[in-house]
Amino acid sequence: MVSEGSSVMDAAAGQRQHGEKGTQTMALQSVRIGKTFSNQKGTAVTALTGVDLCVPYGKKVALIGPDGAGKTTFLRLACGLFSPSEGTMDVLGLAVETDAGRIQAKVGYMPQRFGLYEDLSVQENMNLYADLLAVPKEVREERIRHLLTLTGLAPFTGRLAGRLSGGMKQKLGLACTLLRMPPLLLLDEPTVGVDPLSRREVWEIIDTVVKDEGMTVLVSTGYMEEAEQADFVYIIDQGRILASGTPQEVTDKAVSRCFSLVPTAGISARMLQALFLSNEQILDAVPDGRQVRLTLRAGGNPRQLETALPGIPLSFTPVAPRLEDSFMICLHQASRTASSRETPLPPPDWTVGSPSGGGKTVIEVRELVRRFGDFTAVDRTSFSVQDGEIFGLLGPNGAGKTTTFRMLCGLLPATSGTLFVAGQDLRRSPAEARRNIGYVAQKFSLYTMLSVRENLEFFGGVYGLLRQARTERISEVLEEFHLLDVADTLAGSLPLGYKQRLSMAAALLHKPKILFLDEATSGIDPLARRSFWHRITNLAAAGTTIVITTHFMEEAAYCDRIMIQDQGQTIALGTPAAIMEQGEAEDMNHAFIHIVEKKRAERKANPV
Amino acid sequence: MRESIRRIQALMYKEFCQIVRDKSTVLIGIVLPLVLITLVASGMSLDVTDVPIAVVLEDSSPLARDAVSFLEGSAYFEPRYVTSMQEAEQLMSAQQADGIVCIPSDFSSRVARGNARLQVILNGVNTTTATTVRGYLTAGLQGWMQSYGQRTGVSGTAGSISVVGRQWFNDANSSTYLFVPGLIVIVMTLVGVFLTALVMAREWERGTLESLFVTPMRPMELLISKLVPYFLVASAGFVLCVLLAVFGYQLPFHGSCLALAICSAEYIIVSVCLGLTISSIVKKQFLACQLALFVSLLPTVMFSGFVFDLHSVPAAIRVVGHLLPATYYMEFVKTIFLAGNNWFLLARNGTILAAYALFFLALSLRLAQKRLS
Amino acid sequence: MKEFYRRLQAIGAMLQKEFLATLKDPASRVVLIVPCILQGFLFGYAATYNLAEVPYALYDESKSIYSRSFVAHLEGSGIFQRVQTLSGSAEMAPPIDSGQVMAVVRISRDFADRISRGETGTVQLITDGRNPMTSGLAQNYVSSIAASYSQELSGRTPLLTIQTRTWYNPNEITQWMFLPSLIPLLAITQVLLLSGLSVARERENGTFDQLLVTPLHPLEILIGKAVPPVCIGLVQATLMLLLSLFWFQIPFSGSVLLLYTFILLFLVSCVGIGLTVSALSSTMQQVMVYNFACMMPMILLSGFATPVRNMPVWLQYVTYVNPFRFAIDAIRHIYLEGAPFSAIAFDAVPLLMVACITMPLAGWMFRHKLA
Repeated sequence: MVSEGSSVMDAAAGQRQHGEKGTQTMALQSVRIGKTFSNQKGTAVTALTGVDLCVPYGKKVALIGPDGAGKTTFLRLACGLFSPSEGTMDVLGLAVETDAGRIQAKVGYMPQRFGLYEDLSVQENMNLYADLLAVPKEVREERIRHLLTLTGLAPFTGRLAGRLSGGMKQKLGLACTLLRMPPLLLLDEPTVGVDPLSRREVWEIIDTVVKDEGMTVLVSTGYMEEAEQADFVYIIDQGRILASGTPQEVTDKAVSRCFSLVPTAGISARMLQALFLSNEQILDAVPDGRQVRLTLRAGGNPRQLETALPGIPLSFTPVAPRLEDSFMICLHQASRTASSRETPLPPPDWTVGSPSGGGKTVIEVRELVRRFGDFTAVDRTSFSVQDGEIFGLLGPNGAGKTTTFRMLCGLLPATSGTLFVAGQDLRRSPAEARRNIGYVAQKFSLYTMLSVRENLEFFGGVYGLLRQARTERISEVLEEFHLLDVADTLAGSLPLGYKQRLSMAAALLHKPKILFLDEATSGIDPLARRSFWHRITNLAAAGTTIVITTHFMEEAAYCDRIMIQDQGQTIALGTPAAIMEQGEAEDMNHAFIHIVEKKRAERKANPV
Repeated sequence: MRESIRRIQALMYKEFCQIVRDKSTVLIGIVLPLVLITLVASGMSLDVTDVPIAVVLEDSSPLARDAVSFLEGSAYFEPRYVTSMQEAEQLMSAQQADGIVCIPSDFSSRVARGNARLQVILNGVNTTTATTVRGYLTAGLQGWMQSYGQRTGVSGTAGSISVVGRQWFNDANSSTYLFVPGLIVIVMTLVGVFLTALVMAREWERGTLESLFVTPMRPMELLISKLVPYFLVASAGFVLCVLLAVFGYQLPFHGSCLALAICSAEYIIVSVCLGLTISSIVKKQFLACQLALFVSLLPTVMFSGFVFDLHSVPAAIRVVGHLLPATYYMEFVKTIFLAGNNWFLLARNGTILAAYALFFLALSLRLAQKRLS
Repeated sequence: MKEFYRRLQAIGAMLQKEFLATLKDPASRVVLIVPCILQGFLFGYAATYNLAEVPYALYDESKSIYSRSFVAHLEGSGIFQRVQTLSGSAEMAPPIDSGQVMAVVRISRDFADRISRGETGTVQLITDGRNPMTSGLAQNYVSSIAASYSQELSGRTPLLTIQTRTWYNPNEITQWMFLPSLIPLLAITQVLLLSGLSVARERENGTFDQLLVTPLHPLEILIGKAVPPVCIGLVQATLMLLLSLFWFQIPFSGSVLLLYTFILLFLVSCVGIGLTVSALSSTMQQVMVYNFACMMPMILLSGFATPVRNMPVWLQYVTYVNPFRFAIDAIRHIYLEGAPFSAIAFDAVPLLMVACITMPLAGWMFRHKLA
């Protein structure tokens, strides 16, 4: 596939022509690089093929793509952890095939899961890397202190790394990587699984250091707004580069194809999105703040859409495209050739209307407290969830979301307070009560050594579905979640998107009244996320109550109501619109950061 | 060079922090060896003491009682007198007797005629005890026969041969002496291979190596930083075991401390490097643990001459035994503790172990690569 | 009724999953098969205290017809193999010290004279005490050769004929004792680890939480977790039984039903211990370490290699919590001796006790894990 963005390649070509004279302009340059692995059965799996990618000195380049696109493989190739199967790559003027050791001695690399030693303290981890990276003695103390301050970890130097929250771990990993002040920084999804607040902080650190030291950065990310800040962007999918250029150049592909739509009374934003996702003229639809954002397929005509919903007036406003829009366009183009993507889902029955509000209470939480030793993880939290509602739990890492969530599911006893789910306390009530709930964990937690069908058979069995009913229901969900073609594949060998669908299928097998989803969308690509929410919308429309935690703030827009927790306490509770009002922002991300920071400032001002 | 030393220092410091903070290292490296030494030194023995013997006196004459009188004063036996064979058999099946000595009713009269008979029955379920008890009983009865012959002049032993046995290196005739030095070998294998394989595989599993690889660190430095700390842990376990055995349980030590130290160091290097080799091959804790068990610990227990003498096993298994470095160290340790400095044997085994140490060192260095596979 | 059927279905699904998960994982498959074969065969051959080959050095000071004839008797069976012939008492120490020979036989200068005078000739046997077991056996062996040779020399019937018989194992082959004990030994190395890892693996992969939010009752989870390792243990025990019956040809004289009852009891108590260990640990690494720390003392304190009776009294009391000890005892007696239940009933008590304490404890800890 020929890369369309021109400027980077021009620069590369220019350099090649001018040859050795003058200084090199590329910190990293790959030519037709490819990597093939052999899997357990011995068949070859191509992770990357024919990738041309250039990172000019002093620039920030972002590599974006869905899960499993080959981003991590590329970065590992770049620091000599793999040897390429084809093509060549120069890093800082050294060839990766022959000079891996010297490259590793020069570049800074932060893997997706930075290998912190969990039983070493923050300070000890820093010291270790300072010595390993040969930070000169004269600047060592100063630099460690500087980075600790920058990352906000200075008060926690004595804490074991294993006891840090997800966001803090990520910052510590970054600090360890930056200790050397490398000329080239390779970051593999530095903000995955990190809350918006920490994410902003991570980028502030990176930007500060890069500016101060004039570093070159190659970063892979799943967040489009992060990629928009880069100098150059590469979109990669299934091991190939789909597009490249400056963010503006790439974004311009979507020009005049984006519209926004204000939901009319009675139909929620997520319902509109679901309806339009099933429309053949629409390539993508996503709730955005108070509106729904639509991207048309090539040749689509917004006029024809105005009558898409009989009897309901719709008005479309053209809006400026964003990187995400062209990213989706690229992925759709690529997926036309690759058959692995999902087929579109049926539209929900929107005539039922939004059931939220008037229903009866299914989850009731009053004065819930959970302590671990002298640490209060959840502090006097009260809320209730109505039948058929989508209820979102948001909060920074370590805010108490997961603890609250685990108590709701009956996995953890509460220290005090009352808690009723479907009329019963799951912790005390008999096993029967648990029949009413479905649970999808943060990490894929089905049996990896069992096939898709065997997993479903198991969950059907333990939920007491009798033989005949079980078989029928399993073929139903296999179809519903597009898992038929992988029914006999081992669950562990599925791509992430499939795993996520399988988790959902298993949790919904017994048609629970309430579905708990713990960061169910973390790490999956935007395409899969769309269809995930489409399903959630359909479920809610059919009367299932949904409780979900997420780090993607734009996903809060799908919820009927959300609750924001920080340091164990509820700091906001209400509809997305109300929260945005409270946060004085037009989008959820900023509203969230604003609310959390304001609350923290207040708390600092009047400590209890 | 200076940077290299600094990196090694940093990595070793990290390793020591982990060792101190991880309970399982202390458990396997220090506590378990001491527990095992205590158990073995105070509990494991193949010696026979106080074996209950049912004595059937179908002939209850003083002569018959005299014939079995050696049972009374002996530390080996605890006789119980019964009157019928049936009773004795019941005792045996109720596990209250391990052997039966049956003196038939015609014993006295046949002794007078010079051709008496006597029956000894043993319970073969505990074969080792049975064999030893048989030896002791036969010797005791023959002793009686000899002294009776001399007393009465009815010599039944004209021109006979007596065997005077002496066991060297085991004056107390106690098998505990055999097990304790052997156990030290087992413990070294355990700490070296099992622990090292486990901690190295943990680094692979937790992804900490990926971050370490992209630093100027060389594979050799990583290797040294693992080797030295676990070498020291194993050495600490070793010293504690030796001290406990020598001072706590009076295990004799006749040899040279220096020779013991050198050869033990060699063996510890062998086992730590074997552990590192295992974990760089499998990279998973579970498999590393299993592999460590099946290539090192089990063979060491079975084929190194720890409990089972290599002279008694089939040739094929003897070959396996002689491939194991543990066999040479086992022989070395037993010799230096029980026999003292036999320089030929010590030097030979020391050299073989040194060769193994070099081999495994080279192998683990060759396998240590800064690449993910 | 329908509810009951549902519960059965749930247990069925749980069992099916556990079996699949255990048997499909290549890593655990390796662990199930390789050690079984390895232990069975190698132990079968290596675990022996019998005397097979004794390299020895001869120092014959007598050099007479009597001494040569004695040596011929000694070497006749092939067990004593002469590797050196010595010519002075100074030469006696080095071959033993260096481990070249296990014994030195010294026949004194006056050996022939004393025998022809009707007195007792002396043969000195020096053995290598670094192997006390072999030393003792070698001494027994030389003594018996000497006794029979004396007999031959005197040409008379002896005053006292000692008939020895060893019941249940007439040739005193130690393998007969070890192989039946391997049946439970395999269980202790395998079943303990298997049951321990099954919960820890689920905890580490997060699937245990998934299990706890289902309507499964802790008892049902316990059954699901306990039955597969017990079944695997039974299969392995059967393999070992077949191996000792047909490969090593050790005659079985007891009741098969009784044997399996005890194997089953032992397996259940092993699984109980394994599940308790696993409930106490949060990672697979911890399970392996704790398991290991449990396993070694359990084997040492079982009477497997050395008799329990030889232990000091306090240690004998400690062995009462060790199910392995009672399993070995019961199985050896059933296998070789054909002991009826009444003779070994006591062995069942500690096994039952361990199972009754650990199983409910493990079940309770599924949900009440100490944080």
